[in-house]
Amino acid sequence: MAELTTALVEFKQVTFAYPGARGERVILKDLSLSVPCGKVTALMGASGGGKTTVLRLIGGQQKASTGKVLFDGQDVGGMAQKALYEARRRMGMLFQFGALFTDLSVFDNVAFPLREHTDLSPELIRDIVLMKLDAVGLRGARELMPSEISGGMARRVALARAIVLDPELIMYDEPFAGLDPISLGTAAQLIRQLNDTLGITSIVVSHDLEETFRIADQVIILANGGIAAQGTPQEVMNSTDPLVHQFVNALSEGPVEFHYPGPPAEADFGLPGQLTELKPPFKKGGST
Amino acid sequence: MKPGDGFSWLADLGLSVRTKLAELGFAARLFVKLFALTPATLLRFGLVRDQIFFLGNYSLAIIAVSGLFVGFVLGLQGYYTLQRYGSSEALGLLVALSLVRELGPVITALLFAGRAGTALTAEIGLMKAGEQLSAMEMMAVDPIRRILAPRLWGGVIAMPLLAAVFSAVGIAGGWMVGVLMIGIDAGSFWSQMQGGVDVWRDVGNGVIKSLVFGVTVTFVALYQGFEAQPTPEGVSLATTRTVVVASLAVLGLDFLLTAWMFSI
Repeated sequence: MAELTTALVEFKQVTFAYPGARGERVILKDLSLSVPCGKVTALMGASGGGKTTVLRLIGGQQKASTGKVLFDGQDVGGMAQKALYEARRRMGMLFQFGALFTDLSVFDNVAFPLREHTDLSPELIRDIVLMKLDAVGLRGARELMPSEISGGMARRVALARAIVLDPELIMYDEPFAGLDPISLGTAAQLIRQLNDTLGITSIVVSHDLEETFRIADQVIILANGGIAAQGTPQEVMNSTDPLVHQFVNALSEGPVEFHYPGPPAEADFGLPGQLTELKPPFKKGGST
Repeated sequence: MKPGDGFSWLADLGLSVRTKLAELGFAARLFVKLFALTPATLLRFGLVRDQIFFLGNYSLAIIAVSGLFVGFVLGLQGYYTLQRYGSSEALGLLVALSLVRELGPVITALLFAGRAGTALTAEIGLMKAGEQLSAMEMMAVDPIRRILAPRLWGGVIAMPLLAAVFSAVGIAGGWMVGVLMIGIDAGSFWSQMQGGVDVWRDVGNGVIKSLVFGVTVTFVALYQGFEAQPTPEGVSLATTRTVVVASLAVLGLDFLLTAWMFSI
């Protein structure tokens, strides 16, 4: 029971599949995981491995085909719209490219959730917004429009907007993608800092091994619809699992193949049997 | 084709019919939901007012200029025809009835679809592509309530106002050609119009047409934007579909409405 009280988000044997014209495409298969309260949990894995789907399931934007997604003990998939919106008010989400409202200024973007959900006076809203913008270092950029700020700044504004209602959980979808080294370091530091000072729970979906391992308390590596490895960054680094080894060391050879499944090269190039000897060096990416 | 695939065309046909039916069902549910949100939308009238300004302002110049030229042409063509029968004084009545009953609402709706409808579709499609609608959902704000509903009402209210401007400018155009250029008596131009145009039967029905077209064009634009594939190609396709579907719907509905309103 002790584990139950400390987990803010729990997945219980969750399967998720996208319906397609010719059958389903399974993304997650019998996935069970838990996100402890007050910690930074990193979700990693190859592209298309279902990381973003996990975030969408927590936010109730997708529903699990089978299994349960629990947020603070309540099944998100079974919630009616009102309950779901109540739950979402306790979450913040940072989208990959910020998803700022392009017709609103930086200030109005951050003020948006407050104006929609509270009856606070304009003066109080101003103070709260400026405090949140100050926390991400952009108090001076309040008057600017989203088109006038850089990608890294846009993500920080989005972060200020995500924390403006003081959520218990923040989900970051690829917060480091496409950032320069300075913005990247700042973003990573901010995530850790906000987590610790506000006492919130964070889930970070990322491909950036170095920064993510530096700030995460727990790392979960997703592969083939399930968990390939789970533990502290150090434990995952030392994992002997071939897939985790390939991922953590960024190797092109391993269980995750370079080639997308398709007909054999011999069939495509009309050279029966001749390409088989060429395959190993080709897989290494060597110049044969 | 593999030997076992003889009936794959049947599966494809079934899939496309099912997809179309699902789209239709979704559109119907969205339509009902938008109207169910009417009280909540009108309570936050500031959002609707902004949209009336935005959509109306967008289209005002093109509506006014088109109205003027249509009025000119009506004046000329009307005069050529009426003078054959020696009743060119009735030009004012002809211009006013043509505009108020038909051309005002219909051309305004077509121009609105091309000017404001495409802007709406592109705006909402790009909001979707930029994950702004998802972000709004995650902030526990319903995009249908916050984004679509005020735009629908903005369009519905702006359309009759624009049609009124179109008709008024068109009548002024007809007057310029008929009275100033050709020299028809101004008194008979205006008095024939005053005597022949009925407020309820002509102007009222024109306003009803405009309201119906306002709902149609704005809803089509919103639906196409909301359902657009979140890619550059998807938004461009949706924008084109807005013009095609909205224009055809306006012309088809105009025939039905005219048949219903003026059949007695």
